[in-house]
Amino acid sequence: MIPAVRELEEAYSLFKRDKRFKLELSALLRDYAGRPTPLYLAANLTRRAGGARIFLKREDLLHGGAHKINNAIGQGLLARKMGKRRVIAETGAGQHGVATAMACAALGLRSEVYMGTEDMERQRLNVLRMQLLGTAVHPVDGGTRTLKDAINEALRDWVTNLKDTYYLIGSVVGPHPYPMMVRDFQSVIGKEIAKQMLARGGRLPDALIACVGGGSNSMGTFYPFLGKKRVRLYGVEAGGTADSGNAATLSFGREGVVHGMLTYVLQDRDGQISGTHSVAAGLDYPGVGPEHSFLKDIGRAKYVTASDEEAVEAFHVLCREEGILPALESAHAVAYALKLAPTMKKDDEVVVTLSGRGDKDVQAIGNRVGFAV
Amino acid sequence: MGGDPDPSSSLEVIEAVLKGGADILEIGIPFSDPIADGKSIQAAAVRALASSTRPVDVLEIASQVRRRHSVPVVLMTYFNPVFASGIGGFLDAAKKAGVDGVIVPDLPLEEAHGFGKAARKRGIDSILLAAPTTGKARMRKIVASASGFLYLVSVLGVTGARSGLSSETVALVKSARRFTAGRIPLAVGFGLSRPEHVEAVIGAGADAAIVGSGIVELVGQAGGDGSRSYGQIEEYVRSLKRATARRS
Repeated sequence: MIPAVRELEEAYSLFKRDKRFKLELSALLRDYAGRPTPLYLAANLTRRAGGARIFLKREDLLHGGAHKINNAIGQGLLARKMGKRRVIAETGAGQHGVATAMACAALGLRSEVYMGTEDMERQRLNVLRMQLLGTAVHPVDGGTRTLKDAINEALRDWVTNLKDTYYLIGSVVGPHPYPMMVRDFQSVIGKEIAKQMLARGGRLPDALIACVGGGSNSMGTFYPFLGKKRVRLYGVEAGGTADSGNAATLSFGREGVVHGMLTYVLQDRDGQISGTHSVAAGLDYPGVGPEHSFLKDIGRAKYVTASDEEAVEAFHVLCREEGILPALESAHAVAYALKLAPTMKKDDEVVVTLSGRGDKDVQAIGNRVGFAV
Repeated sequence: MGGDPDPSSSLEVIEAVLKGGADILEIGIPFSDPIADGKSIQAAAVRALASSTRPVDVLEIASQVRRRHSVPVVLMTYFNPVFASGIGGFLDAAKKAGVDGVIVPDLPLEEAHGFGKAARKRGIDSILLAAPTTGKARMRKIVASASGFLYLVSVLGVTGARSGLSSETVALVKSARRFTAGRIPLAVGFGLSRPEHVEAVIGAGADAAIVGSGIVELVGQAGGDGSRSYGQIEEYVRSLKRATARRS
């Protein structure tokens, strides 16, 4: 696999400086994906929380319904430049799979997506969407039948078909250069936040909040602000439930090596990777992007948790207060904003990255409120 | 696979493999996320973990084998279980169990230096893998850093029995031979399951053929009752061993 990641690293470092590549990418992000996304002052939510002003970065309004398209378009374009015609991807909640299916259809690439059978069950609509978009969805029945196993299977496919296949990884995880590359493609989120906040009030926000599974929307949100020490960064992990467990890798894990990276990992004493639980399939992952581990260790970002219950509650709050159905993943970030904002001054400003919309979760929420979909 | 289907039965499986005539014994430490393995070895790891097999249990199995037999014993483990107990601690325990070499399939050459040094210090071989995509320059580096033997991965992909052996594999063995001859023994694995495969790679110049999936499949087919597989495994290994003597 080393020659393949080397080839990718070389291609990426070449194209990221290439003027035509950059122009094509920004045109696709604007005309196809729908960038820039709005920054919305959530006045009702602010009033309810009773503290700092809360802004929502509306990644949920992107084509496909999540921030995932930023990365899928970027890597899809790179795959085409590299002459790879077959693209494979893994998906947890299905959002990255859908984004990959869309980007590949638009760019004329063939795509296949690996998805755990547990996730296929709880995100059935996204399975159908991928199929409608022309992607073959391969069920993965190994291990915990969730995202980590889908990544394992995608890696197995990749080592078998290195020559013609591009592995389009969906988060800031995996071997170098993936964490760096996915971070760069997602940094458009943080860059726009900075620009929009400056245009609005002439200053940067006091705090940024984003949910962390693998950690791509949060890394994209945080990265342009790393040097702006006054901006506090909060990553919100899946606290799950007391009985079923959690997926809060940075909060409860320890150093380990998985999927080609050294990072915090949820594991047992022998180094066996743990099963995880979250109401949000997209956060259900026992590893995390290595750069998040670094930000935690140097104290630049703070990592906290929101439980299943808090996330579901925040989902309902955002629906009723703002008329916005957030993805359950993003609802974890909203849940923490509801805790943090009241501790801050009225003039302080917090930006919450709303990484995706909740249409995919309506069925799961329906089950919880006793409405069979 | 150590602990497949449970620690004590896996000792019997090993006895059968050795009676069949295996020259080197490779014992796997079961891991939750075996990314280099196909369905058969994944299933073996699932069975071993389901019977609560821990790395210490596999080391205990190795030490029992060592007490009874003189064949070299090699451990196959993914890196995280090694990392979890600390490289030094893991290798000390392996040394104490009488292990001769360790294969870590997800530890590439670029990351293997510290591990290799720690292993050498204890007189344990750090066995490195080379793949069909490995270029000449990298192959030279791998051969220079490897000890014990070079593990040549015969095909692109993961472990698992394949019905045929491609002409590319034979060519691959011949070309790898040019790098290893006079330096280190060459063993070929991944995808070999039949006597004719063994005969072909040995005929192409390999010093050894590595068969794993074919054996754990027999364990799996026996279901919970491991004893049903012992005779079959012995006979299977004997057929593979015989093929090493037939030069085509």
